[in-house]
Amino acid sequence: MQKTWSFKLTPFRYVLIGLAGIAVVVALARFIFGLGAVTNLSDEWPWGLWIGFDLLCGIALAGGGFSTAFIVHVLHKEKYLPIARAALLTSLIGYIIALVSLLLDIGRWTNCWRPFFYWGFHSVLFEVFWCISLYTTVQVLEFGDIFFERVKIAPLKKILSKAMLPLTILGIVLPTLHQSSLGSLYIVTIDRLNPLWWSMIIPFFFVWSAFFLGPAMVTIEGTLAARAYNRKPETHIFASLTKVTMWMLIVYFIVKIIDLSYRGVYSMAFNGSFESNMFLVEMIVFILAPIFMYAIPAIRKTQWGVVTASALVVIGVVFNRMNVVFTGMAQSAGGHYFPSIWEWLITLGMWSVLALAYLFVVENFPILVKEDHEQESLSSGESVTTGRSVEA
Amino acid sequence: MSKGVLVDVSRCIGCRSCMVACKTWNDLPAGKSEFTNNWDAPGKVDADNWTVVNYHIVEQDEQIKWRFVKRQCMHCDEPACEAACFTHSFVKTQEGAVIYKPTELNQDYCVGCRYCMIACPFGVPSFQWDKALPFVQKCRFCYDRMKEGMKPACVTACPTGTLKYGERDALLKEAWQRINSNPNYIKRVYGEKEYGGTSWLYISDVPFDEIGLKTKAYGQDVSERSIPSLTWDVLKWTPYIFVGWGAILTALNFYTKRRAEAHHDGEIYEAVNTIEEKKDE
Repeated sequence: MQKTWSFKLTPFRYVLIGLAGIAVVVALARFIFGLGAVTNLSDEWPWGLWIGFDLLCGIALAGGGFSTAFIVHVLHKEKYLPIARAALLTSLIGYIIALVSLLLDIGRWTNCWRPFFYWGFHSVLFEVFWCISLYTTVQVLEFGDIFFERVKIAPLKKILSKAMLPLTILGIVLPTLHQSSLGSLYIVTIDRLNPLWWSMIIPFFFVWSAFFLGPAMVTIEGTLAARAYNRKPETHIFASLTKVTMWMLIVYFIVKIIDLSYRGVYSMAFNGSFESNMFLVEMIVFILAPIFMYAIPAIRKTQWGVVTASALVVIGVVFNRMNVVFTGMAQSAGGHYFPSIWEWLITLGMWSVLALAYLFVVENFPILVKEDHEQESLSSGESVTTGRSVEA
Repeated sequence: MSKGVLVDVSRCIGCRSCMVACKTWNDLPAGKSEFTNNWDAPGKVDADNWTVVNYHIVEQDEQIKWRFVKRQCMHCDEPACEAACFTHSFVKTQEGAVIYKPTELNQDYCVGCRYCMIACPFGVPSFQWDKALPFVQKCRFCYDRMKEGMKPACVTACPTGTLKYGERDALLKEAWQRINSNPNYIKRVYGEKEYGGTSWLYISDVPFDEIGLKTKAYGQDVSERSIPSLTWDVLKWTPYIFVGWGAILTALNFYTKRRAEAHHDGEIYEAVNTIEEKKDE
């Protein structure tokens, strides 16, 4: 293990740092001059890019954390252990980004602590707020277990190790609750959100998709990390994870059809409107296509195939959230909304910080799985003796 | 003893005295409006205009009818904004008014998340977008006047009897009397059942959908259930899911644990050696 902290700066990383810096300046301007000065939000479109994308999608994309925790730590499917820590890390960073974007988005940010004390428990937002705050804390503690492997403070490490089981359970229950209640937030939009997306079981669709998105997201991250660090991607792990995703996609699709038929709005999907076309794209390109790609071994077992299908799943969930927040609301909301340059800059900056934080942690903490000897000798030559292949 | 206002759309002449009265009583700043080629300005309620009068041209039996509709907070019996707010910044008072930041204690709990604006089926709560620390603004049914036994400012200003203030139950009865005694009225009191019922009630001689009061959405009747009752249907399961799912996970965890002793987490991971990443990204 390394002795000093290291973070090598490459041109790409300078760009990321630059974007983060710009975002900090814009964020300051937003705090001083208010939301109206910086965003294109309006009474018709009270929620925009920051809530729709950074919060809703950020949290959904962080779904890899809880689905992997469930598979690895509760079901003890240990062949997936190599990806567990990377999933936890992205999830943790994703949640911190979501909390920051929430702080930026709320008008009276000086009151951000109030909901902890004045319990509007009849509000969906109450559940979302508490679960996200608690879950972020849980993830920080889970990560503490890794942190203290590097920063050796034995007593703390010991306490955390003992607390791991309840933390793990909480770390699955809390996201299950708030991933679904992010969907429940939209129950209030009855008669305004297009019935292709509005449903009393929208919480189910949200939590289910956040869960099946997990393995796909892990695949994408793993591939990117492997490329960045010149390592071999864990293709066989990704390929075997696709079974989970595929079955969950199939269930999602069936429930969606039953739901539409039950509410008698099935025909709306084919009425040729903009909304119906967006809905069809969502279903065909982002649900059915990945199901078939995962079902065919010749595609599933190649790195190319598993990554493409996973990318479709990930983009599909983002597409779905965008449809709920924007497409489905457009007709009833009236007016129009497109994020201002400042909103884009903040979003870009936040995701740059996410990338930088990921890179720093992966380079300084034991997150990724040890490589086999052959590759080890190819790369550096630092002595890693116990590089037993755990994938086997 | 819940109060209400009956709005008879057929009587409104669009003078907008109610708007002026509202602004005056509530000390709302005037705004410079742009020229628009209609009689609608400012068109929609916002942070400084808690009530507006919209005009609609309705064609009926080769006849063109002008209709003016005063819009403001409907003061729902079970308000979506109240249930949506997680800091108790909205309250439905006994008297029927739905007010924001209601009590002395609760002057500044709002975090400005704007979920109330998403939740309101009538698009009423508005935001002070130009302020650094904005509040949500909306009609408060002149709660201060109501407590003193006075009518809301807008009602006192109405010269044609379009607006009538009173007990909601009595107004509802009167609304149906007017409808039944005059065949010109549409056979519906808007606000009687919509979204669980509202304190403000509308009757009209032209179809409600043509004057901006939605009775149908996406081809289906608008909900007669209140929005809070819908969300509660889902939210009430939270504690059971928390305990039940937690118990299932714990059980699963122990059930599958037999293979768990084999590994020591810490040993299979490593920090990525930075020397490796020469061609980073």
